[in-house]
Amino acid sequence: MTDAPRLEFRHIGKTFPGVRALGDVSFAVRAGSVHGLLGENGAGKSTMMKILGGEYIPDEGEVAIDGQAKHFRKAADAIASGVAVIHQELQYVPELSVMENLLIGRLPTRFGLVDRRKALAWTREKLDALGVDLDPRAKLKQLSIGQRQMVEIVKAILRDAKILALDEPTSSLSHRETEVLFRLVRDLRAQGKAMIYISHRLDEIFELCDAATIFRDGRKVADFDTLEGVTRDQLVQRMVGREISDIFGYRPREHGKVRLAVQGVTGRAVPAPVSFEVKAGEIVGFFGLVGAGRSEVMRVIYGADRRTAGAVHVDGEAIKASHIRDSIQHGLVFCPEDRKEDGIIGVRSVSENINISARRNHLVAGLFVNDRNEAKVADTYIDRLRIRTPNRRQEIRLLSGGNQQKAVLSRWLAEKDLRVLIVDEPTRGIDVGAKNEIYNVLYELAERGVAVVVISSELPEVLGVSDRVVTMCRGRITAQFQRTEANEADVLAAALPEGASATPMRNT
Amino acid sequence: MTETNAAAIGAKQAETPDARRRAMFWRVVDDYSLIGIFIVLFGVLSATVQYFFSWDNIVGLALSVSQIGMVACTMMFCLASRDFDLSVGSTVAFAGVCCAIVSNATGSVALGIAASLVAGALIGFVNGVVIAKLNINALITTLATMEIVRGLAFITSQGQAVGVTSEAFFTLGSAELFGLPVPVWVTLACFVVFGVLLNKTIYGRNTLAIGGNPDAARLAGVSVDRVRIAIFLIQGLVAALAGIILASRMTSGQPNAGQGFELNVISACVLGGVSLMGGRASISGVLVGVLIMGTVQNAMSLMNIDAFYQYLVRGTILLIAVLVDQLKNRRQSR
Repeated sequence: MTDAPRLEFRHIGKTFPGVRALGDVSFAVRAGSVHGLLGENGAGKSTMMKILGGEYIPDEGEVAIDGQAKHFRKAADAIASGVAVIHQELQYVPELSVMENLLIGRLPTRFGLVDRRKALAWTREKLDALGVDLDPRAKLKQLSIGQRQMVEIVKAILRDAKILALDEPTSSLSHRETEVLFRLVRDLRAQGKAMIYISHRLDEIFELCDAATIFRDGRKVADFDTLEGVTRDQLVQRMVGREISDIFGYRPREHGKVRLAVQGVTGRAVPAPVSFEVKAGEIVGFFGLVGAGRSEVMRVIYGADRRTAGAVHVDGEAIKASHIRDSIQHGLVFCPEDRKEDGIIGVRSVSENINISARRNHLVAGLFVNDRNEAKVADTYIDRLRIRTPNRRQEIRLLSGGNQQKAVLSRWLAEKDLRVLIVDEPTRGIDVGAKNEIYNVLYELAERGVAVVVISSELPEVLGVSDRVVTMCRGRITAQFQRTEANEADVLAAALPEGASATPMRNT
Repeated sequence: MTETNAAAIGAKQAETPDARRRAMFWRVVDDYSLIGIFIVLFGVLSATVQYFFSWDNIVGLALSVSQIGMVACTMMFCLASRDFDLSVGSTVAFAGVCCAIVSNATGSVALGIAASLVAGALIGFVNGVVIAKLNINALITTLATMEIVRGLAFITSQGQAVGVTSEAFFTLGSAELFGLPVPVWVTLACFVVFGVLLNKTIYGRNTLAIGGNPDAARLAGVSVDRVRIAIFLIQGLVAALAGIILASRMTSGQPNAGQGFELNVISACVLGGVSLMGGRASISGVLVGVLIMGTVQNAMSLMNIDAFYQYLVRGTILLIAVLVDQLKNRRQSR
C-alpha cells in the first residue's frame, strides 16, 4: 500500500458559459472512510460528482486515484477505474427485475438462452453476502425508491467499485430505509471502500462521516479531517458564509378571520372526508409519514385531482371542484412537491416560469403579453428572493434546486390577490441558506394576511415554522397542536399508525 | 468532440470581458446561424446556377413553398407543444376534393371554400379531442386520421380528380397582388399572424410551456387540454386552406394530392430549429427552414437533377440540421 489517498481531487476548475462552477478545488478521500461534502445548492458539489463520474471534463486540474492521475473522458472511463457515482436520479430499467438490473449486459446463458436459475442463485448469494433483503425477481418499478437505490448501490459494488459517491441518497427514503442504507455504508467502509457522501442533513453527516469538505460558490472553504468536536453551527456558518442562529427564525403574528375552509373533501386518493380551516396570517404545518395522504388532500383542494365530494371556501366564496383556474382566480395556489416533474418548465426561462400565471392580468389590449412588465416582475423577484441566475432569460433547468423553488414561489407571489398558499415539501433537497430564505418568504406572506399551509416530512421544520400543526395518518387528520403545545414526541405519536411505537425518528 | 473543446476554451474565464465576448459570439451563432446558412446558400446559388436569381424564379420558388409554409406555421405550434400531426397531407387532399365537389354542386365557390375549411377544422378538432381528452398518443392518432381522411378523399371523389367549372376558383391560386401571387401573400400573412401568436400571446407562451412540461403547466393554471385542442383545430383549418389553394392552382381537387406533405412540413420545422421535445420554437427559424427546403429543391430542378435524387438531398439536409441542433444542445449543457 502506498500512502497516497485512495481518491484525490487536484486543483479542479470548471466553467460553464457565464458561470464559474468550480475553481481550484482540492481535497482527498482516504480508503475506508466516508467523506462528507457540504454546501448550499449551486456550491459545486454536484458538478464535482459529475467530474468524478466522467460526465463533465474539468477545464483545469485532475482526479487522481491511488496517486495516479486520471483523465476521464466519459462515464465508462470512470467506471473502469473503479468509480461509481450514484446520483439523485437513479438509472435503472423499471420493467426488469432486480436480478436483470444487476446482471445487465452479462446475464449467464445456456445454449444461447438466459440461464435464469444460475442468475437467480448468483444474485441471491450476492445480496445475502451484502445483507440486503431484496427479492431478486421483483421488478424495479414495484420497489420503493429506497430499495431501488439499494439495487443501484449493489450494482456498483458488484462492478468492484472501490470509490463510491452518493449524492443526496436519503432525500426520498423512509426512516427504516435510511437505517438500512446507513448500515450498508458502514459495512462498505469496513471493507475499505472510499466513499463520498453528499447530504443537506447535518445530523446524517455527523452520524456517518469521518471527514468533511465544505463548498461555497464553487470553492472549497473548509476541510475537516475529523468531525470530532465540530459543532453543527460551525458547519452551517462555513456553508452559508454568514451566521444563521436559528434557521427557522420564527416570527409570531396576529391571525385574522378564517380564509381557507375545507369541509368533507374526498377524492380518489382521499377516501375519508377531510375538513380543516386556516385563518388569515396563520401558518399551518401538515405532518405525517410518507404516504399519509397530505399531498393527495392538497391536490384535491387545489383542483389538480378530482374532488368527489365536499366543499372548499376561500373567504366564504366556494371554489369550483377540480378546476385549477378557478382556484387561482380566488387566490388559492399550490406549489407541488416534485419541483422537476410538476413545478418548473425546464426549457423555458426563469422569467417565463415566474410570469406564466400572473401575466393574464397585465395584457396589452387584452391580448398581447406585456414583455416590459414581465421583465420588471421577473427582475423584482430575482432580486427580492435572491434567485441566483445570470439573468432572467436563463433556462430554469440550469438553476439549482433552491433557486428553482424560489422561482416557483415567485410565480405565486406575482399573483396580485394571493390569499391561500399551499406549499408541499418546500425545502426538500434545498440547502440551509435557501431554506431560511424560503421560510422568511412564508412569514412575510402570512404577515400580509395570506393563509399558509406547509406540508413537510421534516419534524423540526414543521415545529419550527408552524403556528399550528395538523397530523395526518392513512388519509385522515389525527390531531392538531397549537405551537405552544406541540412537541416532537406527541406530534410524531399522532402521525404514526396506531400500535406503532413513538420512537423519535432521528437523534437531532 | 470539437464542440466540447470549443466550449472549454470559450468558457475558461467566464468573468473576463474576453470570455464574455466569446459567449456573446456563440449566442449570436446559435441565434442566427441558420439565417447565415440560408444567405450563403442563396448567394452561392445566385452566382452559380443559371436563371436562379431572377424575379420570375424567385416568385416561382415562393409559390412552390407557399403550401408547406402555411402549414409549417401551425405545425410549429404542434411540435412546440410536444405533439405531432401526420394527418395534414390527407387533409390537404380532402379539402381540395371537398371544395371542388361542393363548388360544383352549389355553383358557389364561397360555399365550397367554407365547406372545406369547416371539414379541415373538424378533422383537427377530432385529432385534438382524441389526443388531449382520451390521452392517445399523437403519432398513433394522427396516423389513423391520416389514413381515414385519405380514404374519405378517395371515396368522395371516387378516385378521380374533380375538375372545377367555375373560373372564379382559379383566380385564387393565380391572381397577383402587387406583383406577388395570392398564395404567397396568404403564406406571408400566416407567418405574421402565427409569429405574433407564438411570441406575444398567452396562447403561444402556453403552447411552449405545455411542450416544456405539461404537468407543471397544468398546475400553473394552463388549460392544457383546451390549448392542445385549439392547436390541432387551427392546424386542420390551415391545412384545409392550403388544400384549397393547391386545388385552385391545379384547377381540380385531387384525392392523391399532398402525399408526403406532412413529412416535408415537419422537416422544414425541424430544419428551422423547432425541438421535437417541445418547448422550443421560433417563427423566423421555421421561415428559414421552409426557404432552405424550397431553395434547394428549386435549384436542383434548374440544374436538371433527377427528381429521385432530390429525395436523397432533402433527407441529408434534414439529418445535418438535426445533428447541428444536437451539437448545439450538447455545448450548452456540458
